[in-house]
Amino acid sequence: MPSVDRPAEPTPIVHLEGIRRSYNIGLPSEIEILHGIDLDLHRGEFLALMGASGSGKSTLLNIIGLLDRPTAGHVVINGIDTASLDDAAITRLRGHAIGFVFQEHHLISAFTALENVMMPMIVDRNGGSDAIRERALGLLEKLGLAHVGENMSSNMSGGEQQRVAIARALAMQASLILADEPTGNLDSQSADNVFDFMRQLNRDEGTCFLIVTHNLELAQKCDRIITMADGALVPA
Amino acid sequence: MNNAVPFEWIAAVRFLREGRLQTAFIILGITIGVAVIVFMSALLSGLQVNFLDRVLTSSAQIQLLPLDQVARPLFASDAAIEDATVQRPTQRIVSINQWQKVRDRVAQMPGVLNAAPTMLGSALITRGDASRAVRVSGVEPDSYFPIIRIPDFLTEGKATLANDEIILGTDLATNLGASLGDTVNVRAASGNAVILRITGLFDLGNKAANESVSYVALRTAQSLLGQAGAVTTIEVKIADVYAAERLAQQIAAANPVKAESWIATNAQFFTAIRAQQSSNTLIRAFVGLSVAFGIAAVLVVSVIQRSKDIGILRAMGTTRGQILRIFLIQGGLLGLAGAIIGCLVGAGGLVWYHSLIRQADGSELFPLLLERQMFIVTLGLATLTGLLSATAPALRATKLDPVDAIRG
Repeated sequence: MPSVDRPAEPTPIVHLEGIRRSYNIGLPSEIEILHGIDLDLHRGEFLALMGASGSGKSTLLNIIGLLDRPTAGHVVINGIDTASLDDAAITRLRGHAIGFVFQEHHLISAFTALENVMMPMIVDRNGGSDAIRERALGLLEKLGLAHVGENMSSNMSGGEQQRVAIARALAMQASLILADEPTGNLDSQSADNVFDFMRQLNRDEGTCFLIVTHNLELAQKCDRIITMADGALVPA
Repeated sequence: MNNAVPFEWIAAVRFLREGRLQTAFIILGITIGVAVIVFMSALLSGLQVNFLDRVLTSSAQIQLLPLDQVARPLFASDAAIEDATVQRPTQRIVSINQWQKVRDRVAQMPGVLNAAPTMLGSALITRGDASRAVRVSGVEPDSYFPIIRIPDFLTEGKATLANDEIILGTDLATNLGASLGDTVNVRAASGNAVILRITGLFDLGNKAANESVSYVALRTAQSLLGQAGAVTTIEVKIADVYAAERLAQQIAAANPVKAESWIATNAQFFTAIRAQQSSNTLIRAFVGLSVAFGIAAVLVVSVIQRSKDIGILRAMGTTRGQILRIFLIQGGLLGLAGAIIGCLVGAGGLVWYHSLIRQADGSELFPLLLERQMFIVTLGLATLTGLLSATAPALRATKLDPVDAIRG
């Protein structure tokens, strides 16, 4: 049989292998939330993560986002196995590779919208610069928010706040954006707008989005739906 | 946002600015604490200097005297005591043995500024039918007056002492009915007498001293008291008045003299000064402690209020070290800001109090001592207190789990 040369599978942005997460380890109340999850996320993907409350979605999202560590298994981000990294290295990797969008916008109220977008870059370089300001302004402009740059978060609408949060998540040109019910607190019009913005950015920048949502209609607009039940992935 | 400012400073200042009321109240608290410390420290220093000045106006910080004359029992040839009764001997006026050598050696000791030989004795001053018993101090003006600042207390005349000149206290001159330029007859117990001209009158602010103290040239006193070439005391001035007792002991150990420090001769007064210093230190410590707890309390509340922000900052790559520094900087800035305002308020209050409170004669009750060093130390300590107080809240902030913090 003649051999066929297939193109090599590109390295996934996120590679999860046998991820388990337990709480109250060693106690009678020990409980395992995630039961050996294997998952790959690739550049340019736009994914929905669905499941009932308590199915382990948030725990999985925290582990992928390096905010939590698994009890067992390997989390590989951009080819780096995070098991051997210390807290400082994990923090650096998280800052560079992953952006977060939460159900609540979680903008820092002491800063303006523009400064919130600049913040991840300021943290990374330990100070501001004109280039950082230009990039933040560019992101706000792209998201149609140039006019709110100098506003404090309390002076913006819910949709504007969430779009600023998305701009902040994109500031470091992260390869992966984790969004935990990003439209959960918005009216349907604003929710559609925010979703469309994320989709557009995914197409323009090739950024991988993993969106936790309970909204099936929105989920169906994604490339792929990952469903979780009782701490495990449900086969498609 | 200034590009040159590190992230931690930006965040610290913004967090303080956002919690304006909270920040204002804690700065007010620190201001009051620091103002009390500055006011009390400067006031007590001034009062202390004033008291010291009064005590050390007419006496040296260390006085070197001849060793006490001791009577020894008389022994027979078989070592038995011949005469069992040993009477306390009279303390005749005697010279310090080899006083020039002692003076030179003491003058070269570290911490000693000056050493002046003097001849002390009693005499009767007569003018017309008025006479008074006085203490005659024979001195060399060049070495003695830098130690006992008689020229500063002159009300009339000048502080020169030729062999036929005398300087008197104002009250003594009044009692004798004498004025500047008049002559007086001075007679010692030995019968020696000399006629001296009054070249100066002084007021030491102490009636007893003004009525009984007189100064003549060293040679005049030596011949009047029948002690040619002798000196009965060496007055010593030192750099640190509080080191007087230690230096006195060193001098006594190395020389054939008795050394008396002002601390030993004014033991009660010195104890009062020490008690005052201790109470001042205690007050400062407790005020500092309450300021520290105030800062810590405000920052603990701030950490709780900002836990979500901390979680978000951690999620976007802020390290634990950066979070720690944000809160330490806040503590330091609160301490520094409160200290700057507190120093101004404390100093202003003292200036006002100084102008308000005067002595009966209208002179100042205490000298206004607002030393730069006190302000630098206060600013440094307040900032350090702020930093230390912020340590516990800052460590708490670093230990926040980002997931829990974001979830709230």
